[in-house]
Amino acid sequence: MKKPLKFRLPKGQCWTIGVPYFWLLMFFALPFAIVLKISFSTPIISIPPYEPLFQYAEESLQIMLNLGNYLLILDDSIYYNAYLGSLKMATISTIGCLLIGYPMAYAIARAPKRNQTMLILLVMLPSWTSFLIRVYAWMGILSNNGVINNLLMWSGLISEPLQILNTNTAVYIGIIYSYLPFMILPLYANLSQLDASLLEAAADLGSRSLNTFWKVTLPLSKGGVIAGSMLVFIPVVGEFVIPELLGGPDSLMIGKVLWQEFFNNRDWPVASALAIVMLGLLIIPITLFHRYQAKEMEKTA
Amino acid sequence: MKKLNFSTIMLWAGMFFLYAPMFILVFYSFNESKLVTVWAGFSTKWYGELFRDQQILDAVWTSLLVAFYASTMAVIIGTMAAFVMTRFARGWGKLTLSNMITAPLVMPEVITGLSLLLLFVHMADLFGWPAERGMLTVWIAHSTFCAAYVAVVVSSRLREIDRSVEEAAQDLGATPFKTFFAITVPMISPALVAGWLLSFSLSLDDLVIASFASGPGATTLPMVVFSSVRMGVSPKINALATLIILIVSLIAFISWYFARRADIKQRASSA
Repeated sequence: MKKPLKFRLPKGQCWTIGVPYFWLLMFFALPFAIVLKISFSTPIISIPPYEPLFQYAEESLQIMLNLGNYLLILDDSIYYNAYLGSLKMATISTIGCLLIGYPMAYAIARAPKRNQTMLILLVMLPSWTSFLIRVYAWMGILSNNGVINNLLMWSGLISEPLQILNTNTAVYIGIIYSYLPFMILPLYANLSQLDASLLEAAADLGSRSLNTFWKVTLPLSKGGVIAGSMLVFIPVVGEFVIPELLGGPDSLMIGKVLWQEFFNNRDWPVASALAIVMLGLLIIPITLFHRYQAKEMEKTA
Repeated sequence: MKKLNFSTIMLWAGMFFLYAPMFILVFYSFNESKLVTVWAGFSTKWYGELFRDQQILDAVWTSLLVAFYASTMAVIIGTMAAFVMTRFARGWGKLTLSNMITAPLVMPEVITGLSLLLLFVHMADLFGWPAERGMLTVWIAHSTFCAAYVAVVVSSRLREIDRSVEEAAQDLGATPFKTFFAITVPMISPALVAGWLLSFSLSLDDLVIASFASGPGATTLPMVVFSSVRMGVSPKINALATLIILIVSLIAFISWYFARRADIKQRASSA
């Protein structure tokens, strides 16, 4: 191990360490504390639309913690169903991405070395074009007079257009389409490091290719599977744009409900409480992802 | 050996799945009809309409400005964070920083957006600044979440470079400041460019965080597109989408070129 660099200018070091810490504490950590605080306040009609938590009057500090927002979330089945809907949506889409993405990543990792960069770029390219635009593309494809229905009607398979847009099916298609590249990238990173001689050894010992896959390839790519799944699962739980544009009234997801509480009902405390509960649900997947990320960083070090 | 196996078929089917919607989008942008999916002959009139739409043009300008400043700030903050993570911090401090910097990578956007908005409201309450939410607040929000991506890209590069060059420069009497700009920056420049471009495209693309952080003063392009798309499909948006796809492909090509050059350089230096 190399000895750490000794910087002779403590003042410079102070600044280099201080600026990112300050920025992140200020614009990342502190905002979460505020969300937590607002989630305990009472909504009122004013600007800003909540009551202050701490009041200092007549030499006494009053702290009002309003648990009503959390009780409301527990009580009202609409929130409960929205959380459940989000978790179900995220689980099924993650499995869908994995089923499509794993073979793709595997094929890229097995491709000739000089083609790999090009192929992975082709996979990533759509995710750099506007997210909104890609979801919008599906509106034109899935609608009642859209490409799919026109094609099916023309071929005579159906006489009435199928209702696909504004259903949960459309949301699944949209999510899998949008998040597929995020599944493929970590899987590829993992599979491309796989030692090919292990597979050869298995084959030499008489293992059939499917058996080799289950016993060797899949266990060794566990890290990539976890990272890819978390990269899909966590953001999908809070997804707003896709259910809003492709989903119907019955595609209830928590991101959409939070947005409506905040922008339409202007109920900031309930929106904050919804965010805190969502964060609570996601804390395990986020920790899993961080552990993987930290391990990856140590590996390259 | 050119055997067609399951994974190769899946690769090409997957590529078709990824690209077909975009080609359909581009194809129908040249449609004469107002009904997006009913073909009525070739026309470029929607592009003309697009360039006469003042609201969209204003939003494009706002978005480009925000993206430019946000990605520049993100590169500064992200690089500093990456530097601290790989060079100084140990133990607890490093863990805190790396957790804070990588959390926005997976955090649902509605949570990040909501938390930043509440911060801005509180700050306005306490210090009277920022008095109005607009471009400045969107800039801060975008800089913060883009810095996470920059930190990941730059820190992986910082780990790869040969540290003895930096040590040599310091032994020869260069100040840390000078060492950083004369030695480290040139060595990590491909990562800086890649991080900047990534941040730029992320900032241009963001709808949710911008909607929370922005006020009546500033409307970014995704916000305009979203409110239009909510009403249903429109050929003007198809035309806009085509232009966006074209520009992004161009940027992607440039960043791929830089990445490849860095790769060749690295191979040459390690050989």
